[in-house]
Amino acid sequence: MVERTRRRAADQLGLRSALADRLLPVLVAAMSFLAALALAGTIGTALLAAQWRDDTASTLTIQVPDPDAPDAQDGNHFSAVLTALRSTPGVENPQPMSRAAIDRLLSPWLGADAGDLALPIPAVISAEWAGPGRPDTLAQRLDALAPGTLVASGAAWANRVAALTASLQACAAAVLVIVLLVAVAMVSLATRSGLAQRRETIEIVHGLGAQDGDIAREFAARATLLTVVGAGVGTLLALPVLFWLAAMAAPFAGFTPSAGGFGLPLPLWAALPILPLVAAVIGWATAQVTVRGWLRRMS
Amino acid sequence: MIRLDDVWLKYAPPGHGEPGHDVLRGVSFEVPSGGFRWLTGPSGAGKTSVLRLMYLAAHPSRGRIEIFGTHAARLNRRGAALLRRQIGVVYQDFRLLGHLSAYDNVALPMRLARRSEAQVQADVMEILRWVGLSGRLEARPAELSGGEQQRVAIARAVVGRPKLLVADEPTGNLDDAQAQRLMTLITALNRLGTTVVVATHNLGLVARYPAPRLDMQDGRLTGDG
Ligand SMILES: Nc1ncnc2c1ncn2[C@@H]1O[C@H](COP(=O)(O)OP(=O)(O)OP(=O)(O)O)[C@@H](O)[C@H]1O
Ligand SMILES: [Mg+2]
Repeated sequence: MVERTRRRAADQLGLRSALADRLLPVLVAAMSFLAALALAGTIGTALLAAQWRDDTASTLTIQVPDPDAPDAQDGNHFSAVLTALRSTPGVENPQPMSRAAIDRLLSPWLGADAGDLALPIPAVISAEWAGPGRPDTLAQRLDALAPGTLVASGAAWANRVAALTASLQACAAAVLVIVLLVAVAMVSLATRSGLAQRRETIEIVHGLGAQDGDIAREFAARATLLTVVGAGVGTLLALPVLFWLAAMAAPFAGFTPSAGGFGLPLPLWAALPILPLVAAVIGWATAQVTVRGWLRRMS
Repeated sequence: MIRLDDVWLKYAPPGHGEPGHDVLRGVSFEVPSGGFRWLTGPSGAGKTSVLRLMYLAAHPSRGRIEIFGTHAARLNRRGAALLRRQIGVVYQDFRLLGHLSAYDNVALPMRLARRSEAQVQADVMEILRWVGLSGRLEARPAELSGGEQQRVAIARAVVGRPKLLVADEPTGNLDDAQAQRLMTLITALNRLGTTVVVATHNLGLVARYPAPRLDMQDGRLTGDG
């Protein structure tokens, strides 16, 4: 009699099927969806902030409140300030802003014909600060030439942007940590319920000489599969939302969908595939730890 | 050699009720390597409890258990698992895995010991022929009669040629012819060097296969010889 070669079943111990195969991936998908948004928030704000900082940190904006008032010499406040700026080392490229440009800046607040209003609108000079340190003494000197002159440095604004970015990133990091803890708790719960369901099988297999690692491996293999699938689906579902957010942020971010990456910054593209990997590690490690702890308490 | 030295056993009470009473009270005996012992006594005397200690499914509340020179209490989890692979157990209630075929149930201990599938197949087929189940390889336990399940359980216990075979009432569901066939198998194994302890109520069987008898009564050994 010729005996066919027998093959062992994939789930020999019947333990893999013990993990709830619907609820866990769905919950992991939801967690990954949140994690993808938090990750995008972190990377997006970091990129935006870097760009804004570069743009604004070196900018000086000088307001001369009463530009036509005569100064100590023959000129007026405006020309005195402009001359002083041109001769100050560290100040580069001082440009009087045209009335049209000022009107455009003010129009969101004062309406389209802000120029027609009988408001004393200051003259504005923009320049770039290339000197060392901060232009602190400049404000005092200009105020002496034309009282009321204000020097706004982009550095202050940039610092505030940096602080805002840091808080947003801290929030995103907190979301990621919470998502991680919840994921660990979910895998642990699912594993525990699977263990309780298969208690008798585990006792039998244990009695036949199975090591803790043999049993833990079965659960960990299943948990890894379920979390990877869940995280993959959750991350994919987050993509349309991320595209939509990126499209809204594009005008501020200074990059457009044509810049490559379908509107998402490349660092985000690099980070998103990490989510299923992290989920796999969480699934595997949590199941291992849970099963081994449970087995130690069992006997 | 298997040695129990003044062994006491108290089952942990389920929940937080009264502290469990002593199920075994100072049991001591030795079985030399390659020896055979009957374990007899009325229901509730503590036979299964003694066997559970021997196959490392329970820990004594007092006393010392030595299995082939290893002090059971000193084993770590890995060591205990490896020692269990050398102990074949026929449980009173069979304990087959319901989702596996007869063949896979018998193959399980060998696969856990990471034997090659070729080796597994050869040994499993041989032992299933011995217990007369060659025709029921693919049957699940639920599709087998009580006696057939018992024979699968016996096949699983002996397939790995254990150093120690512990059988709890292994003939309980077998007819006389099958019980004798089983005893032939067990004595053959014993002659090949396996240490055997069989708990039974079946005094007819004990009479037909004379061997030293450990007689229990109320958690104590009343006769050893
Ligand atoms: N898991 C347990 N928890 C608490 N008490 C138990 C447990 N198992 C057995 N006992 C008690 O221990 C005593 C001995 O039981 P054991 O099963 O060892 O007897 P036995 O000699 O095998 O009996 P039988 O011949 O009926 O199989 C009995 O009084 C029983 O009630
Ligand atoms: Mg019993």
